[in-house]
Order: sequence, then structure tokens, then C-alpha cells
Amino acid sequence: MAVQKPEELSKVVYTFPSTPWMDTPVEIKKGIFCWGNKEKSLKAVGFPNPRQWSVTDEDWKLPDNWKEIFIEGLRERVDKYRSFRLFLDICVRCGACADKCHFYIGGGDPKNMPVLRAELLRSIYRKYCTTSGKIMGKVAGARELTTSVIKELWYYAYQCTECRRCSLFCPYGIDTAEITILIRELVNLLGLNIEWIAGPVANCWKTGNHMGLLPHTIIDIVSEFKEAIYQVTGLKVDLSYNRKGAEILFVHPSGEYFDPNGNVTFMGYMMLFHEIGLDVTLSTYSSEGGNFGFFTSNEMAKRLHSKIYAEAKRLKVKWILGGECGHMWRVWHQYHNTWFGPVDYLEEPVSPITGTKFENAKSNKIVHITEFTADLIRHGKLNLDPKRNDKYVVTFHDSCNTSRAMGLFEEPRYIIKNVCNNFYEMPPQTIRENTFCCGSGSGLNASENMELRLRGALPRGNAVRHVRDKFGVNTLANICQIDRATLQTLVDYWAKGVAVRGVHELVGNALVMKGEKERTTDLRGDPLPGKEGE
Amino acid sequence: MGILFSFFAVVALIVVVFVGVQGANLHYLFGVIIPFAAFITFIVGIVYRVFRWGKVPVPFRIPTTGGQQTSFPWIKASRIDNPSSALGVAVRMALEVLLFRSLFRNMRSELRDGPKLSYASSKWLWLGGIAFHYTFLIILIRHMRLFFEPVPGIIKIAESLDGFFQVGAPVVYVTDVVFLGAVTFLFLRRVVIPQLRYISLAADYFPLFLIGGIGVTGVLMRYFFKTDVVGIKELTMGWITFSPVVPQGIHIIFYVHLFLVSSLLAYFPMSKLMHMAGVFLSPTRNLANTNRAELHVNPWNYPVKVHTYEEYEDDYREFMKSAGLPVEKE
Ligand code: HEM
Ligand code: SF4
Ligand code: SF4
Repeated sequence: MAVQKPEELSKVVYTFPSTPWMDTPVEIKKGIFCWGNKEKSLKAVGFPNPRQWSVTDEDWKLPDNWKEIFIEGLRERVDKYRSFRLFLDICVRCGACADKCHFYIGGGDPKNMPVLRAELLRSIYRKYCTTSGKIMGKVAGARELTTSVIKELWYYAYQCTECRRCSLFCPYGIDTAEITILIRELVNLLGLNIEWIAGPVANCWKTGNHMGLLPHTIIDIVSEFKEAIYQVTGLKVDLSYNRKGAEILFVHPSGEYFDPNGNVTFMGYMMLFHEIGLDVTLSTYSSEGGNFGFFTSNEMAKRLHSKIYAEAKRLKVKWILGGECGHMWRVWHQYHNTWFGPVDYLEEPVSPITGTKFENAKSNKIVHITEFTADLIRHGKLNLDPKRNDKYVVTFHDSCNTSRAMGLFEEPRYIIKNVCNNFYEMPPQTIRENTFCCGSGSGLNASENMELRLRGALPRGNAVRHVRDKFGVNTLANICQIDRATLQTLVDYWAKGVAVRGVHELVGNALVMKGEKERTTDLRGDPLPGKEGE
Repeated sequence: MGILFSFFAVVALIVVVFVGVQGANLHYLFGVIIPFAAFITFIVGIVYRVFRWGKVPVPFRIPTTGGQQTSFPWIKASRIDNPSSALGVAVRMALEVLLFRSLFRNMRSELRDGPKLSYASSKWLWLGGIAFHYTFLIILIRHMRLFFEPVPGIIKIAESLDGFFQVGAPVVYVTDVVFLGAVTFLFLRRVVIPQLRYISLAADYFPLFLIGGIGVTGVLMRYFFKTDVVGIKELTMGWITFSPVVPQGIHIIFYVHLFLVSSLLAYFPMSKLMHMAGVFLSPTRNLANTNRAELHVNPWNYPVKVHTYEEYEDDYREFMKSAGLPVEKE
């Protein structure tokens, strides 16, 4: 695809059409939207209205009673979610959220201002769910629901990565992500989704993971990891699957089996587990921590993730440890316990190595790998040689979900500072709770919407370039598989020369393992600092 | 369109008073019945709206976390921006409601060639918002003198502080000046800033014109027309003792003021002004981030269709066996 140069693409014009937004029909642009879902993907999970359709067609083949379905769906949901009803009711349009969205900053489309994204639906809510809107119509900010409005809702709901940055700045905490989530749920009732989400959902339903990896394939992939680790360390590291009676079940995003950056992060986990002798097993049935179901509907999200606790129960483990992933942790942290709790068939998590009780996870029994590893380091249980990471000048990208839906800031930083000698922060307005999305979250990491992704990554890319130029940063560490899989392309575009790395890759490099041979390369086979000639 | 509509709507409200009071002599209607009806609409409306929100469940605990979580004793948690206790939530909410904490975070981003994106703190909206709301509150408190006889000391103290910068007689209240300035600022930013102009609806201009109208008529009454304060107090005391009288000779400007206030009261429950109550109910702010430590129950949680392990094993048993994985059924 011919994409403009960064200098061109970044000439964003923040202008406004001469017509009011309600009178400006949606214009669906190539490079911005993702392909519509395939018939078979919807069929696989029993989603409504499976059919062949195309975004570029005039007719989206909606069911005959589409309007009724949508409005009924809307009415049902404003009675189920206080957040939803409240957020549709109380926005004062103060505009504080307007320039907080990476898609608006990098793209300039007015309907990507969070407030306007929400107004797209709010106007429908007013028309069909409030008295003033019914009577006063347009003056009250209400408008008729038409097929063109449906297209608009679909188009802009798939231009929001549900990152919640807008919500941080809103004086009432209005979370446009929450509205996007429910818009997606509503259009999904009409069979409108994107294949990049619907496909993985169908895969995950059947095979247990988004990638559609079958059990033996997973085992084959892991053998290759073992071999790679052997090459670097001379150690035979093992990893068990579907083993009953293990103490801990480890669940991680399946992208780590597939994506090169993810592969090395996964090797980092393997080495860590081996080194501390952790009694851990994984599962091929529950081989996905991520949850693209969350990007379609609450029910689908729950359907997919029910496997995790079910498998923990079947394997009779004590508690669950979770790998590096962003939206996976949004779902695990804010939804799991409510969906599946009380989880009384598991035990309150305790680190078998340090004896630390993970008090903050005592009810849902799932611990984040960076919490686990930070605790190990804190107790001096790991022999680390940060010099091995000396060629990396590192900065850390906070993923939206672990930041604004969790607050996991210090744990990964503590680990990085213990395994790397060179660490620099990006500007404070772009990290921690203020962090900017990678631009590809919430299932928008396809390739056909590359222009959207590049635009959305402008704020992050800009901050990375700033520290690259100022401190010589060449490594962007993160704890999210979507970041690892997508940011490399985006960073290559906006801040060339910076490599994207999982935190546990850096741990794997620095970890001095018992009985290992003298390492000459890092986990990627590149020479270690000082070993270049060997 | 929204702006003109709202402007003329407020003008129309004023015209109604002239027709009704000066033309048709409906003093009792405008002095007693409408204010009463408006007040009741206000109270009942707010209670109804809050009740309506309250009836809707909070299925998930979804706080927006603005700081470090509570995990280990050796990592300092952000107890207010990412609260894990009821006290933390209470402080967070107090800061939101009293100091507009989230708005205080506001920053402006600016994209220049290069590209170079920079951020600057931007507190104007916060300042304007605080000035507007607090002066509104103080003015409201000052009005309480109309409903007490004798006037409580606390209201008198508020008045004397407010009139601290005495400029001629009658005393010019600082709040009056700041209030009108703040309303003007909030209006101007809607007109001047392109983003805001584009998103603003009639429902945004109308309250500003209405509140501005109330402010202006109030100031006119106090400083220019010198209305009959004694007569007005007779009227207001009549309201609260439920023995309404309508004294003769009150200036029409008072009826305009009163009718605009009545309109605001009646409009309040069906408007965005309900943010006053809504802010307390916001699930991204008023919940503690204790998701993994404490169970949050969703009243409508229901069982869903799942793909069980048994089905999975049936699908892939041979593959599993060939890969050396344990199976439940041979
Ligand atoms: C708990 C009480 C309240 C809180 C926490 C609160 C908070 C806020 C905040 C943070 C804003 C956005 C910033 C701004 O535009 O100034 C706002 C806007 C506004 N508030 Fe309130 N408010 C409260 C009560 C009220 C009341 C009683 C009124 C008056 C009737 C009112 C009228 C307005 C108006 C008209 C705006 C919009 C200003 C604009 O159009 O730009 N608020 N409020
Ligand atoms: S910051 Fe909140 S209240 Fe202001 S426009 Fe955005 S969503 Fe509405
Ligand atoms: S959640 Fe993120 S992507 Fe969505 S509107 Fe808000 S800032 Fe934009």
C-alpha cells in the first residue's frame, strides 16, 4: 500500500466541514476502515445476521427489522449499564476530551474527537429514549436513525481503540471507550463487525486461541523455543502442557507463539520458570489470554474467557499467572471476577519462591507476571546481569489497559531497571496514566487500515523519537502483545531505529541461570556486548 | 443555528414576562404560581432522574485508574487517583466535585511541522469553570437572606467578605463581576474555539444565555433600577410560610429575573445541568480499584454458552495424543 511519508502524513489539518456534523454524511475512507466480517466467522459462534457483505457496497444487507433491533438493543443496554446511561445523559460538551484522542491528534477527523464519537450515538439515544428528544428533535440534539447513521456508527466505533485516555480528562469520568464498546455490541446485533476481530473470535472459540493453533502445533512451536534457548544457554528447558496437579496455570496471549517479538518474550518466561523451578503448566485448550470477544460484545468476551477458570479447575491448579498483554489484563482485572466469581475452587495466590501473598489478587486468583517477577527480584531470588542488555537504551511504553484500567506502572519499571542499565522515560504527558495508545488496540491491528494506525501512532511515535534523539533510546519495552506485534511497524515509520521488546525478553537476557554456558549472544542470536568478535 | 435558537428562546422568555405582568397584570401567576411550579419540577425532576440512574445496575467495576495500583508494601500506591479503599474513593470524589480534579489535568497538544507534537498545561477551562460554579454558589447563598428573618450571621459575613472591595454604594459584589465574566468566558470559548463551536448544541448555549440573563437582570436590579427590596422580601417570606402575598409596586425587572430563574429550575432536570448529580454516580470515579481483591457482583450476570474442554478434546484428541499431551478419554 502506498502510504505517504511521515512529513506528509503528519500535516494534519484540524478544520471543520461547513455543515454541522449531523448534516455531514459519513464518508468511508480506504486505509481507515477494516474489512467487514466474513459470513463463516459469524456463523462459527452464532452471531446474528451472517452473510457475505462488503464495506464498500452501498447495501450492507442489514436484517429487515434492523431499526427495531438497534433501538431495542439500545434501550435494553441503557437499563443494564449505569455507566452507559449516565454517560449518554450528562456530557456538557466542555471539549476537555477533544484533543486527548490519538486518532484526532493524528488524523484531524472531527468525529474522532471523543465527545463527537459519543454524540453520534447520543443523538440517537435522545431521539428514541428521551422525551425532549422525541418532541424537540434536532434542537435537542436528536436525529433520526438511518442506514447512513448505522454506517457512521460502525465506521467510528472501529476508529476507537478503547484506550480510555479521554476518560481520564473528563470532569465526570465519561469513558468514550465504554460507549464504543456498546456501539460495537449494537452494530454486532446487525451482523456488522470486522473480520480482523470476528475471525480470531471464531478461532478462539474452537481452537482455544486467536491464531487457530492446534495442540500439536503449539507443542512444535515450543520445541523450537527450547532449541533456541539451548543454543544460547546450553540448558534444556522444559515446559509442560495440560498437566494435572501443577501448582500454577500460566496463560498468555497466543500471539506470542506467532509474532517474532512475542516469541522471544515467551522464551523469557520459559527461562524464568525453569530457573526458579516453578511448578507451572500451560494449556492448549485455554491457550489464549487475549480476548477479541471483548471487542464485539460482553457476552462473547465471557464465552471465550470461561475456558481459563474451567481449565484451572480441571487441572486442579492453585492459582493462575498471566503473561504480558494489555487488553487481556483489562478483561482479567475488571471483568473476570464479576463474570466467574467467586473463584473458591482456587487458592489465594502465594509465590512459592518468596512466600509473598498477592493480596491484591486474593479474590480472582490471577497474578500479573510483572508483579510476580518484581517480587522475585525484590527478594533477591534472581541472579541478574544487566550488562548483557547494555546495548539497549530502553524506554517503556505503558499500555492503555494496564495503565488506565489497572494502574500497573511501577512493577514493570522496577524489573526493567534491574535488568537494564540504561533506562529513560518519555515525556510525562505521554506515559503512565497519560499514556498514548499504540494506535492498533481493540482489534484494529489489521493491515488494510494502516493509514489509521499510523495516524493513531503519531503521538506515541513522536514521544519515542524525542527520547531517541535526546538519550539515544533504541529499545521500546512494553508488556503487551498487541504492542509487540504492531508497534514495530509504526515505530519504524515515526521513529526509525528503535526496536520493540517485551519486558521478559530483557529478563531472559539478563537472567544468569544455574549451569548455563557462558553466553555469547542474546536471545535473538545477536552478540552480547563485549562478545562481538566471538 | 443552536446559538440563535437559544438566544431567541431566552428573549422570548423575557417577552412573556412583559406580556404577562405588564400587559395582562398576572402578578400572582408570575410571582407565586410559576415559581412554585418550577421549584416543584426542579425537586421532583432531580429526584426522579437520580432515582432512574440509581435503578440501573453497575454491572462491572470500571474505575479509570490515574496512578499506581496497590500491590506490594514496597511500591507506593496512588491512594487517591487509584483508590483501593472507601476513604480513597471519598477523597477522589471530593476532589472531583469541589476542585474539578480531572479538568485540572487538562493539557493542550500542538502539532507542528517535523512532525513535532508538544503538550502544554491548559487550565483556562478549569479556572473559568471554578470561577463560574463558585460564584454561582456564593450568589445562591447570599440569596438566602430573602428567606430568613432575621438574616443569619453567616450570610452577613459572606456578604461583607464579598463586598470587600467597596466601590461606591451600593456595595459592588466581587462575585457578581466574576460570575458575569465567567459566563461570558464560557460562552466565548464556545464561539471562538473551532472544536467547541462544532460540537456545541442549542442545549449548550441555552443554559449559558439563561444563566447570563439571570445574572444581568440581577445586576440591573441591584445597581441600576433599585428595586423595592422590602417588597420582594415580603413576597419571598410569603412563599416559605405558605401564605403568599404579592406586594404592589415591584419593578418588572424583578419579574423577569424571577421568571428566568423559574425557567432554569424547570429546565434543570431534563438538561445537561444534571451533571451536578450525575458526577456523584460516575462508575469510573466512584469505585475503588479492588477488582482482583474483592468480588463485584453483577445482578444480571447470566450463564453463557461455552465451548467445553470435552468438546475440544473430542475435536483434537488424535492431535493431542500424537503430541504427547494427556487426554481424559483414550
Ligand atoms: C456538584 C456540583 C457541580 C459540579 C461538580 C459541576 C462541575 C462542572 C464542570 C467540571 C463543568 C465543566 C467545566 C465548565 O464548563 O465549566 C461544568 C459545566 C457547567 N456547569 Fe456545572 N457543576 C456543578 C453544578 C452546577 C450547577 C448547580 C449549575 C447551574 C445551574 C451548573 C452549570 C453548569 C454549566 C452551565 C456548565 C457548562 C458551561 C459551558 O457551557 O461551557 N453546574 N460543571
Ligand atoms: S470531557 Fe466529558 S463532559 Fe467534556 S465534552 Fe468530553 S465527555 Fe463531555
Ligand atoms: S477511548 Fe481512546 S481511542 Fe477511544 S475516543 Fe477515547 S481517547 Fe479516543
